[in-house]
Amino acid sequence: MEQQQTNSSGGVAEADEKLEKIQSAIQQFKMIKGALIPVLHEIQDIYGYLPESVLKVVSTELNLPMSEIYGVASFYHFFSLTPKGEHVIHVCMGTACYIKGAQTVLDRLSTELNVAVQGTTEDNKFTLEATRCLGACGLAPVMTIGEKVHGRLAPNNVPKILNEYK
Amino acid sequence: MVCGGTGCTSSDSNRIIDALNQELTNQGIQEQVEVVRTGCFGLCELGPVVIVYPEGIFYSRVEVKDIPDLVEQHLLNGKPYEKKVYEKTKLDGKILNFEETDFYKKQVRIALRNCGIIDPENINEYIASDGYKALGKVLLTMSRQQVIDTMKKSGLRGRGGGGFNTGLKWEFAAKQDKEQKYVICNADEGDPGAFMDRSILEGNPHSVIEAMAIAGFAIGSNQGFIYVRAEYPIAVQRFVKALDQAREYGLLGDNVLGTGFSFNIDVRLGAGAFVCGEETALMHSIEGHRGMPTPKPPFPAVQGLWGQPTIINNVETLANVAQIMLNGADWYASIGTEKSKGTKVFALGGKVVNTGLVEVPMGITLREVIFEIGGGIPGGKKFKAVQTGGPSGGCLTEEHLDCTIDFDTLTSLGSMMGSGGMIIMDEDTCMVDIARFYLDFTRDESCGKCTPCRIGTKRLLEMLDLITEGKATMEDLEKLENLSLQIKNASLCALGQTAPNPVLSTIKFFRDEYMAHIHDQKCPAGVCKSLISYQIDADLCKGCSLCARKCPSNAISGKVKEPFVIDTLACIKCGVCFDVCKFKAVAIV
Repeated sequence: MEQQQTNSSGGVAEADEKLEKIQSAIQQFKMIKGALIPVLHEIQDIYGYLPESVLKVVSTELNLPMSEIYGVASFYHFFSLTPKGEHVIHVCMGTACYIKGAQTVLDRLSTELNVAVQGTTEDNKFTLEATRCLGACGLAPVMTIGEKVHGRLAPNNVPKILNEYK
Repeated sequence: MVCGGTGCTSSDSNRIIDALNQELTNQGIQEQVEVVRTGCFGLCELGPVVIVYPEGIFYSRVEVKDIPDLVEQHLLNGKPYEKKVYEKTKLDGKILNFEETDFYKKQVRIALRNCGIIDPENINEYIASDGYKALGKVLLTMSRQQVIDTMKKSGLRGRGGGGFNTGLKWEFAAKQDKEQKYVICNADEGDPGAFMDRSILEGNPHSVIEAMAIAGFAIGSNQGFIYVRAEYPIAVQRFVKALDQAREYGLLGDNVLGTGFSFNIDVRLGAGAFVCGEETALMHSIEGHRGMPTPKPPFPAVQGLWGQPTIINNVETLANVAQIMLNGADWYASIGTEKSKGTKVFALGGKVVNTGLVEVPMGITLREVIFEIGGGIPGGKKFKAVQTGGPSGGCLTEEHLDCTIDFDTLTSLGSMMGSGGMIIMDEDTCMVDIARFYLDFTRDESCGKCTPCRIGTKRLLEMLDLITEGKATMEDLEKLENLSLQIKNASLCALGQTAPNPVLSTIKFFRDEYMAHIHDQKCPAGVCKSLISYQIDADLCKGCSLCARKCPSNAISGKVKEPFVIDTLACIKCGVCFDVCKFKAVAIV
């Protein structure tokens, strides 16, 4: 019980800290015109996605209706309104990668993880996403898991690479 | 020099740098040898790349474990470390300077001139190679009109896709009698398969800053924005660092070089919308809205960001500006063809030996780029097509290989220069599938504002799906062509206007492949899943059982040491058996 309390109070402190960062970012961006998108970037950077509660704060602070914030957030691929898994896998589907078989790599990942593209595994471990050109065409086909880039892939490499993260 | 471009960083060039520094310290020669992390050398295929000067010896695919030997042999004993010397630089027992290899020989590097040569994070290295000299010259000795005239005379056309004369664009904005004007650098490189803007920002960010300031002076603006993809973290970080350094040196900010001219640059991150490469959409995004295009006119040069006159130039366009100011309009205009001056950077990718970035004079032929610089098609396969201009462009075939590359020739052939992606395809590429791939992209990236683009691209995709599934009729093909033409005519912005290009050009040049899908329900290249099946050749199969063990759907059965069989009904066509078979016994039919 005690353990749990420490955890939850730790969680609250962490949540406060994140919110504080957002607040200061909002104050900083408030001065400039077109502040919404930079603020959304900041939130996604800190939370990994755009939580509704935080968007409400943005709505109040920037004096924008929630509908407009959702309109912008849902327009851009980079923003996500749902939480992601611990490891986010981006498979590059740029033309160079596609021609060198990125689709087969993506299919294999989907089979191995038993999750659809743009979905998150049940254990919240992996989110599988197809992405536009990562700009590393020399290593095609390419995927990133978190910050790490895996290049010159073949479907066969997939199980071994996934094992590194399990 | 260790390449710190995205390609090489991805293959761990940072660890090579650490290992090099460590080894130099171990050997006590850290004072005599400097390790520099540069921008992209271009030959991304061979990464991580290390070049050692003064000899200019090019080492490819260097690994951390090579470092001690490399340092000992080359830096201590003065002998090249043969094992990792790039093969193409070896000739008759001698080692050539890398600039003499086929890949570099025909290139003329203007936009990329400092990439791979200077440390992008050190402003002094840029200044040492004539950096900010053009800005000084412009501010101290030229009038606004002189700058614009030089630009116009140079003939530089926008490298972002449209190909509009840059000087003319600046002149329009300069003529506007407004207090506030803006300069925007479009670094929202969304074209799949193009990464020259990324490489310029990573390898030579100051050249873009310098050019933006020159543009600001020319049109009478004190505020610039760079709109750069959030997906390019290294580019963003290096650009921000370069901005700080430029401000610190008084090359940016208030009263630049004491001339009374003030210019600032703010960074705005894109958020993954391809349409934001279109200039009106890009401006709406900077304003904090959904990036949806609006009809032109009014053109941004008249009424742009927040209603003020604005010029938007692409990264590669800007990377040429300082060189034009230093060397003169005539020098620039002497390179290239009559209507397409200067050079163009291409991102070579796909089925080509040397994938990477190349900068070539306009007027060079496709054959020279693909076969001489690019080294041809790997694995002894046959060249089939080259796609230029990304989703807005089209595919060209073998018969076009001797055509010259410039804005107008490519457009007249049904393709376009676009931002400069050049994807090479071999016989294993299905052209219908490629058209489908691009349509899937543009359908997904359509902002949805205008009906022809939003609904039209979806219908095109559905028809292409039918074809790749072998369910289409000739009537569908006809509809596909008709609708394509209508979308081209009726869409609001260039995204929709060019979206059908990959479809039209593949139908034009590869009609037989469409026919094979429709009439024979066959995919000649063996790509479209619905039209292929996997079979095991009983003569070649050694009965090793590897395929059966790897098959995710248990569709393969048999006894060890006897030929195995695939149950085509249970097969999900994942291709694992094809990949794992060591005896080439699995065939696509």
